[in-house]
Amino acid sequence: MDQQAHEHHEHHIFEPSEPTHHAEHIVSPRVYLVVGTTLLILTGTTAAVSYVDLGTFNAVVALAIACIKMTLVILFFMHVKYSSKLTKLTVAAGFFTFLVLITMTMTDYISRAWGRW
Amino acid sequence: MSTILTLPDQATARLPKVSYLNKEYGLKSWLLTGDHKRIAMLYLISITFFFFIGAAMAALIRMELLTPPSDLLAADTYNKVFTAHGIIMVFFFLVPSVPATIGNFCIPIMVGAKDLAFPKINLLSWYLYIAAGIMMICVLTFGGVDTGWTFTTPLSTHYLNTNVVSAGLAVFLAGFSSIFTGLNFIVTIHRMRAPGMTWFRLPLFVWSHYAASLLMILGTPVLAITLVLVVLERTIGIGVFDPTKGGDPLLFQHLFWFYSHPAVYIMILPGMGVISEVISTFSRKRVFGYTAVAFSSVAIAVFGFFVWAHHMFVMGISNYSALVFSLLTMLVAVPSAIKIFNWSATLYKGSITFETPMLYAFGFLGLFTIGGLTGVFLGSLGMDIHLTETYFIVAHFHFVMVGGMLMAYLSGVHFWWPKMTGRMYPEGISKLAAVITFVGFVLTFFPQFILGYLGMPRRYAAYPPEFQVLNVFSSAGASVLGVGYLLPLLYLTWSLKYGKIAGPNPWQATGLEWQIQSPPLTENFAETPIVTHEAYDYEWLESRKGSEVPTVG
Amino acid sequence: MDSHTLAAQTAETGHIEHGADHPPFLRHHFENVPQQREAATFGMWLFLLTEIMFFGGLFCSYLIFRNWYYPAFVAGSHTLHIWAGTLNTTLLIVSSFTMAMGVHAAETRMRKALMGWIIATLILGCGFLCVKAYEWHDEWVEHHVPGLNFSPEGFLHGTKDYPDDKLPLDMAEKTQVYFSLYFAMTGMHALHMVIGVSLLTILLIQVYGGKYVNGHVAPIENFGLYWHFVDIVWIFLFPLLYLISRHQ
Repeated sequence: MDQQAHEHHEHHIFEPSEPTHHAEHIVSPRVYLVVGTTLLILTGTTAAVSYVDLGTFNAVVALAIACIKMTLVILFFMHVKYSSKLTKLTVAAGFFTFLVLITMTMTDYISRAWGRW
Repeated sequence: MSTILTLPDQATARLPKVSYLNKEYGLKSWLLTGDHKRIAMLYLISITFFFFIGAAMAALIRMELLTPPSDLLAADTYNKVFTAHGIIMVFFFLVPSVPATIGNFCIPIMVGAKDLAFPKINLLSWYLYIAAGIMMICVLTFGGVDTGWTFTTPLSTHYLNTNVVSAGLAVFLAGFSSIFTGLNFIVTIHRMRAPGMTWFRLPLFVWSHYAASLLMILGTPVLAITLVLVVLERTIGIGVFDPTKGGDPLLFQHLFWFYSHPAVYIMILPGMGVISEVISTFSRKRVFGYTAVAFSSVAIAVFGFFVWAHHMFVMGISNYSALVFSLLTMLVAVPSAIKIFNWSATLYKGSITFETPMLYAFGFLGLFTIGGLTGVFLGSLGMDIHLTETYFIVAHFHFVMVGGMLMAYLSGVHFWWPKMTGRMYPEGISKLAAVITFVGFVLTFFPQFILGYLGMPRRYAAYPPEFQVLNVFSSAGASVLGVGYLLPLLYLTWSLKYGKIAGPNPWQATGLEWQIQSPPLTENFAETPIVTHEAYDYEWLESRKGSEVPTVG
Repeated sequence: MDSHTLAAQTAETGHIEHGADHPPFLRHHFENVPQQREAATFGMWLFLLTEIMFFGGLFCSYLIFRNWYYPAFVAGSHTLHIWAGTLNTTLLIVSSFTMAMGVHAAETRMRKALMGWIIATLILGCGFLCVKAYEWHDEWVEHHVPGLNFSPEGFLHGTKDYPDDKLPLDMAEKTQVYFSLYFAMTGMHALHMVIGVSLLTILLIQVYGGKYVNGHVAPIENFGLYWHFVDIVWIFLFPLLYLISRHQ
């Protein structure tokens, strides 16, 4: 804690050009433990649910759980919750471009069988 | 409006005693350097080398096309030659041209930093480039590759016995080199700006490099995975693109063009940055609509990801999808047009002088506009079906890439030459070279528009005799163009020793890089600059006159 | 500092001295430690951005072919062992936790703890690779490796667990696409794991030598980001390859 305070203090001395970061926020081990346990529980859940016949919802549930797990890892293990807007924006940019790749490619694959107008 | 300035008398200028060029000596001090300026020089030399290899291939192509039959080169050799021309020019010249040389040199100085954020990664990027280049040269020496620069499947995976795998891996490596350059630029622009250097005080050169770097970061990895899949398909025989196993060759096209369309913006955006600097400097006026030009760079980068399938209109993609992509393609013309209009408006009532960089910039304006507009023709579905795979396409992208980017590159090299070397290039002969390049270029590529419109297909060693007249024009133009490119190589080398001493700010330009000595110190600034003025503020420069630029020694 | 002194200093030391508040790990071109640390983190995130797009191409292909050859993808995923996938997911998640704890140990400057967490991560990572190797071996034995020893035989008559997996020959051939993607995706992921394990070994040796517990935690932090990213890729590979087709 002392050290944290010290580093925050340092910040005010050297005002960087984009003072939006909280890079030296130290996440407590308890948070890691809680998140880690949740992830394990979710893994168990998703494996168990796959044995139940839900029709199409098997895929929906599995991917929803995967998304929750990813969000937890990104926010806590990767510290994005405590990071600057810039980091958040970077992550968002990655997913945005990935979605562009998928959706724009799918415009072709979905409508290829429609034939000519 | 414009501020009239007189250029300083260079007779009194002297070379600084200490600079990044003479701080350390010996090969090791260059090959293990972390200094962005030295790495830029390494890149400049290696890129020039690859440019002339690519140009030699172009010369072979044009000589072959002088006569209708395939007489100088056999058809398969011709395929290898145009593939080598394409791969080398795209991945080893155009993509790294302005960013890795001029950008590497100028961006840290322009934002007021001592170096790029990751000097070692910057050096690694050059080594990757060299490794990729050596691999490519090996490919050429040991039999070549004849896929065309697009590595189209299933041609590349099933039907060719040439060095596709090693060529693919070479491009893969070159891609990583470009990713590292882009990554370095983005971090530097975000995190290393000097006090007071806000986003809207950045020179437009920096903005356009920022946009291009975004594309490098987000697009290149898709090319990487696509090439990995091609290599796996060739070596092991997995079935993602192979129709006999259930794969889809069109998927290759989608993934490839997802990178390779944005890649044309990776190539052109840095050039646009150069043009912004040059036009402003030689009209002594702030770039008209600074904000619009800055955001149009970012807009080009973003729109660039939505238009790739216009390369695939006749390849069997869905009609409905083609319609969407065609529409989006038209949209990307808007930010490009904003730039052209704003540069023209910058010229309006400026006190224009016609130094060599400005001549090249004028060449860019005209040729890029033609290249861009024919791009709109090609983006419209009906026209594309008639014109695709003809010389119209060849002429279109050469107008953008050579008429646009290469002009911008030469403009930039001349513009920053005094800063890089501390010496001026010879003005008379360089103006001549600029004019020769322009004339040679138009003579080479304008006939190709007509040829394409008449229906001459690209990528063939032979053609019907009725196309010969225009092809002779084109080949004649290519030889003129060759002279235009050899001249700078000669007189710029000459000027390293015999050029006039430039002094810190020979153009009376406003960028931070012109406020320090030429060539700069290794750490660029004697003390961290504090920025209080907008970019292109010539009145600030005027008020600053008389205050000495700190020169060491 | 006037320019003459500066030049003299520069010539001697190669960089400008910053005075007493200049820790040895601060590189000369950064103004201060926070700036250097932020640059490193941001650079790492941009690198992960390229990784998203690298795997993005594979995920995109998976989506398309799954829609095209749905029965083949279902039958293909039936041949994988859920227990192996679950075990591997568990190993990776625990290793992510240990890595996060390692970063915490580096931030709080506890060398012993940091080494412990790194070793734990290493063991878990290697465990993952072992399970993966076992699975690949299994697929090799069953002739499921496209290009090398693929045979659609197993998908024509149904299996013991899934007697309904009787595909017509042309669809059975399409399981090749499933396995092509399976091997490309898990292979790329495993390659990233191997790189990760190698880097982590280097970091372990450096920590043993006393590095990264003096406030200079960026390398450990950035490696953590990389490791978590590789974990995230697996978090998606697990349901896509193993789980979502169990009942179709």
